[in-house]
Amino acid sequence: MQGPVYFDIAHMLAGGLVLVSMMMLYQDRLYALLNVFALHSLLLTLSVAWQAFIQGAPHLYVTAAIALVFKVVVIPVALHHMIRKLGIHREIETVVGIGLTMLAGIGLVALSIVVMLRVTPEADPLTREDLAFALSVLLLGLLIMVTRRNAVSQVVGFMSLENGLVLAATGAKGMPLVVEISVAFSILIAFIVIGVFLFRIRERFDTVDVGALDDVRGRRRK
Amino acid sequence: MVLIRDLLVQVVQMALVVALAPLLTGFVRKAKARLLRRRGASVIQPYRDLSRLLRKEAVVAENVSWLFRMAPYLIFAATWVAAAVIPTFATGLIFSWTVDLIAIIGLLGSARFFLALAGMDVGTSFGGIGSSREMLIATLAEPAMLLIIFAVALIAGSTQLSTIAAFMTSPQVGLRVSLAVALIAIIMVAIAENARIPIDNPATHLELTMVHEAMVLEYSGRHLAMIELAAMLKLLLYLSMIVCIFVPWNIKGPEAGYPAYLVGFASYVVKLAVGGAMLALFETATAKMRVFRVPQFLGAALMLGLLATLLRFVSRSL
Amino acid sequence: MNASSLFTFDAVAAILAIPVVAATLLALMPGYKVTARVNVAASLLTLVAALCLFVTERPEPGRYLLVDDLNIVFIVLNTFVGFTTSLFSASYIAHELETGRLTPANLRFYHAMYQIMMFGMNLAFVSNNIGLMWVAVELATLTTVLMVGIYRTHEALEAAWKYFILGSVGIAFALFGTILVYLAAQPVVGEGYDAMVWTLLVERVADFDPALLNVAFIFLLLGYGTKVGLAPLHAWLPDAHAEGPTPISAVLSGLLLNVALYAVLRFKILLAASPEAISPGPLMMTMGLASLIFAAFMLYRRRDIKRMFAYSSIEHMGIIVFAFGLGGPLANFAGLLHMVMHSLTKSAIFFAVGHISQIKGTQRLSAIRGLTETHPVLGWGLVIGVAAIAGLPPMGVFMSEFLLVSSTFARQPLLAVPLVFGLLVAFGALLLRLTGVAFGQPRGSRKPADASYLPMYSHLVLVLIAGIYLPPPLVAWFQHIANLLR
Repeated sequence: MQGPVYFDIAHMLAGGLVLVSMMMLYQDRLYALLNVFALHSLLLTLSVAWQAFIQGAPHLYVTAAIALVFKVVVIPVALHHMIRKLGIHREIETVVGIGLTMLAGIGLVALSIVVMLRVTPEADPLTREDLAFALSVLLLGLLIMVTRRNAVSQVVGFMSLENGLVLAATGAKGMPLVVEISVAFSILIAFIVIGVFLFRIRERFDTVDVGALDDVRGRRRK
Repeated sequence: MVLIRDLLVQVVQMALVVALAPLLTGFVRKAKARLLRRRGASVIQPYRDLSRLLRKEAVVAENVSWLFRMAPYLIFAATWVAAAVIPTFATGLIFSWTVDLIAIIGLLGSARFFLALAGMDVGTSFGGIGSSREMLIATLAEPAMLLIIFAVALIAGSTQLSTIAAFMTSPQVGLRVSLAVALIAIIMVAIAENARIPIDNPATHLELTMVHEAMVLEYSGRHLAMIELAAMLKLLLYLSMIVCIFVPWNIKGPEAGYPAYLVGFASYVVKLAVGGAMLALFETATAKMRVFRVPQFLGAALMLGLLATLLRFVSRSL
Repeated sequence: MNASSLFTFDAVAAILAIPVVAATLLALMPGYKVTARVNVAASLLTLVAALCLFVTERPEPGRYLLVDDLNIVFIVLNTFVGFTTSLFSASYIAHELETGRLTPANLRFYHAMYQIMMFGMNLAFVSNNIGLMWVAVELATLTTVLMVGIYRTHEALEAAWKYFILGSVGIAFALFGTILVYLAAQPVVGEGYDAMVWTLLVERVADFDPALLNVAFIFLLLGYGTKVGLAPLHAWLPDAHAEGPTPISAVLSGLLLNVALYAVLRFKILLAASPEAISPGPLMMTMGLASLIFAAFMLYRRRDIKRMFAYSSIEHMGIIVFAFGLGGPLANFAGLLHMVMHSLTKSAIFFAVGHISQIKGTQRLSAIRGLTETHPVLGWGLVIGVAAIAGLPPMGVFMSEFLLVSSTFARQPLLAVPLVFGLLVAFGALLLRLTGVAFGQPRGSRKPADASYLPMYSHLVLVLIAGIYLPPPLVAWFQHIANLLR
């Protein structure tokens, strides 16, 4: 199914993901960050579902459903709970200023658009822009992980990065189910890992600030 | 005949914006009050305030220069001209061909320039604080606004509001992310420019964090009336601009007849009402942010403007 | 389907099935003594199954699985080191349990994870589907993350977290690269599974869009390169090695790095087969040299013995990647040989280091002195191992490094200068440290080692033999692979 409207909606949803990624860079409170992440995943769900519809690929609905259940509902709720339990609903410390971070984010978006559009001149427009957006989301997720010191926000950054990957995988037409399942699967595993980690970190430090971990190392090396 | 018609439209437009501006402000105030479960003042209260101020004597500090007295008229004039060229119910405004979006920003910028000068002219500490904060906001808001205009102009192929409005109603626009981003950014800029919550609180001049109210603290009488009216006009201007760029339906072209103009006018009023109600809702739901956060807020708007420009290159024309 | 093909299918299946079954069993079994033995037995069975691949007929490359000359080397090496490490781990873990650093519950988890990791690595080697390969590499990585953090100390958690964060960057980049490869293949091979089957991709790669392949390779190199421990992305590696249990350090250095390397190689072959795409060589050579020189200098300032050998691993991975980047029959041969030698030597060193640090109760280099006097067997083992890894003749590492250097001199004389420089710097650092640790005034605990020397010395003997005499069939086989790699 190809038509301007179909394209437009896919374009809006995928571009919306980039926008929401930028919003995540802007957030400096954990709860807000989680809520924006849930929005991010919701957009991803819609985007994947729309791709499933356009491509006539019903298996993508499964991916969308997984994203909806896990990333829109379960994980944000669980992280909310965790934050409340840990009592860390204060501001996120950012390593560099938000303005600078966002500028870097814009740079990354520009980079991914330039790179992806240049190497895919023959693919169909939808795939091209999906890839450009996906790479942007991926790099922005990386940026979140790099600029945040709090373990929870790093995890959120990681998951938004995964969202970018899912977007890329669905944008590639006819990509086998193996990969989608594996993506969802790895998210699941990653989350288990993360859960274990958070618990252990809390056990040991009573904080999930990764900076505290660095302090420990600094003390030891002295 | 054509000239007369165009002139007529333009004159109506000029009168319309001045007439509607206090009403819009009154409406927003009323809506906010209702949302807070207060009864609130009547929607025509701003008219009463203005007429009262006009009748009152203007008290001017002894040590101020002529600039202080001139500034209100200059500010009002610049804002009025800017507001008069934004298509509200019709696109064929005769002046609009001489003034494009960038010029509108320039007009508003010069108004702000005089306001800041006047704030400092009195020599009180509040005026100085207000002016410096206003300039801080301006240095961030104006580039952001220009970037947004840039993004919109790249898409529409023009900086003329009439052309943009015509383009936006054509089917070739489609849904575009860059426009959505630009919309968010322009709303952020508009909030900052109009001294609304969360940047500034329009309802008080008793806070240390005030910006706009700090500058006009020394004004009274007809001067204050001019400045207040200019502020109301600015709110209307931004709302009309957003409406004109992003929801330009029912803005009638120059060939439309007078009945069509009526339809355009009605839909303009409806759009204003919806916009005002949304503003009231937003202001009620948000808390004012610290002054130190303002650069971040506007920085984000700037970045969004940049993003809008960037995303423009990823579109259907790929 | 005749009997022999049924049997060969079983060999591949066994490599994958044994670890999975063992992991399930180990997760359910209480009692660490039994589980350690089951772990060893399972590893041995896997090794036997891997050896069966030599004698039996190879299955046709399918949609998911593939056995060819290249990956047999990796599989056999993997299962062999996996087996010896499980032997070492049995004695190592017993000690950890005595000192109370690990609880029986930890151990159950540890053993199950060990087998899952083996499964992941084996799957990565035999997969013919680039998506499946990615999944397998991730699986192996995630299990090692869990094992690195198993001590739950500050440092272990920090190391695991760092490993996880950087690993996830690798995850993302590698998957993105994989998706791009699929996109490049899709117009030529067609939508669906076929466009991810490596053997099909190699056949048709000449028709792929070269620009897309280039970008894909950069992502894949960065992604899998993170796991290889290449220079700008290596930060996780020393921490993960130093803070995890020593058997895991041995497996990380000896095996997991190879898995990532294998993935890079597969894509290198793919790219090299496309005439218009960039040649992957220069990129790999740059990263390899950077890692080598960087790690060589870092070796001087280490105070932690495991951390030092972790940097040595970065150095050697740099050498190997450089060799494969240089390409050509000789350099590829050297790279392959070096990889095998490094795996054997480095894991032997970690076996020794594991016991040493258990005896001394510390990993600080300054606290470990005069080992040859107090613990001659361990100490001399370490001496031989370090001498081997530093590239002294007559060990196998010397052979491969010599081959590589001479090949570089012949083909890229300018690059040979930094290569030799890096090798010499690393050599100096290792010998400097070794003298103190092995021959200085004895310091610290002198209690007798309760160690199993078999794994360590079996590795060292193999390395020594390889240095002196390489059997002609092995040489022929490696040469064949070297040609395959281009």
